[in-house]
Amino acid sequence: MSEPAIELRQAGYSLNGTRLIGPLNLQIERGETLVLLGESGSGKTTTLKLINRLLDPTEGEVVVEGRSTIDWDPVRLRRRIGYVIQEVGLLPHLSVAGNVGLVPRLEKWSSQRRHDRVEELLRLVGLPPGEFRDRQPHELSGGQRQRVGVARALAVDPPILLCDEAFGAVDPVTRADLQGEFKLLAEALSKTVVFVTHDVREALALATRIAVFTHGVVPFIGTVDEFRIDNTAAVAALRELQ
Amino acid sequence: MSLFDYLVQHRVDVALRTLQHLGLVGVSVGIAVTLGVPFGIIVARHLQFRTPVLAVANVLQTIPSLALFGLLLAVPVIGLGARNAIIALVAYSLLPIIRNTYAGISGVDPAVREAAQGMGMTDWQLLRMVELPLAAPVMLAGVRVAAVIGVGITTIAAAIGAGGLGVFIFRGLSMVDNSVIMAGAVPAALLALLVDGGLHLIERKLDWRVR
Repeated sequence: MSEPAIELRQAGYSLNGTRLIGPLNLQIERGETLVLLGESGSGKTTTLKLINRLLDPTEGEVVVEGRSTIDWDPVRLRRRIGYVIQEVGLLPHLSVAGNVGLVPRLEKWSSQRRHDRVEELLRLVGLPPGEFRDRQPHELSGGQRQRVGVARALAVDPPILLCDEAFGAVDPVTRADLQGEFKLLAEALSKTVVFVTHDVREALALATRIAVFTHGVVPFIGTVDEFRIDNTAAVAALRELQ
Repeated sequence: MSLFDYLVQHRVDVALRTLQHLGLVGVSVGIAVTLGVPFGIIVARHLQFRTPVLAVANVLQTIPSLALFGLLLAVPVIGLGARNAIIALVAYSLLPIIRNTYAGISGVDPAVREAAQGMGMTDWQLLRMVELPLAAPVMLAGVRVAAVIGVGITTIAAAIGAGGLGVFIFRGLSMVDNSVIMAGAVPAALLALLVDGGLHLIERKLDWRVR
């Protein structure tokens, strides 16, 4: 088997002497969608931030593409990892095209190449470029903003995508649409995806495997089918919520 | 002599004093922006500096202008004139500029900042491409406050020989002539309104929220 895209080796994170997560051992294979599922405060987001080095582990190590995150230049590392967060974090002073084309701009792409890429990405996420490229973020619906957020994360074709409650702020119908399209997109582009959610249904809809988080540790990791029949207390409790 | 007659008769003098007035305010606010914006950024990034920096700026703001001119007068290299006035005006302008730069930058939505860091922006790119543009309207509001206060205080700077429209006011006071006082006071008031309105327009242009 080829080396995993991301690996957590005895990784933990403590703040002011309190251990928030860990020690965690996780292997995330290339092309799979691993859903980190758990209640808020269970350490999912912290784990995500260890992967793109918004945080450094206080114990163990996190290995991305064969190299420990502390050996990566954080800027280089993050350009190889698309990041979609709940409030999307679209820059409110830039148009849709400005937001989607931002990382290509940081990477010093020519304006023509940027323009073409923005058009391509907007079509990919189902937003007709003619109608949307010049809009401001506040002129978009919640679902459209999330689509722009996904397009922006894909801009320089990073092999890895991190999503933190990416579809948490939209209505259930739009949410189901986004989930379906996102799954197809991630598979078609063969991205390695780490997706944080507290929603069991979302996890079942998206996951190749599910890692259940409680109090900063992972009592269960397995496929969707294994999740459905597992008898671990934490898993059973989550299934109850469904 | 009526105010109108006085203004017509002394139109060149009034125009020159108005330009001088504007020049003093412009130079002082320019210096205050150059000093205050970096201070505001530092304070926003390193909260431990917030209390001391804002405290100093606050204290400067509370010194009565005539007293500050007097204090600066006693410093050998400063003495009388425009230099004295500019130093005092810079001191008064710092607080609104530092405070609003700090407020503007710390008001940036944490989600936006996190997204920008997450996409691999360096600290400098984050500041230049995200924080400063988003803080710009608030920062400019600080500049506007500083400029309007400056127009007012500059009238008093005529007392230490810095020139400006205050010259007519002090001249009128010593001559006990209301027309001469008004020849300084009316243009000064109009100038304050103009500066306020003009900067307000630029502020709206920079404001991403109204686009």
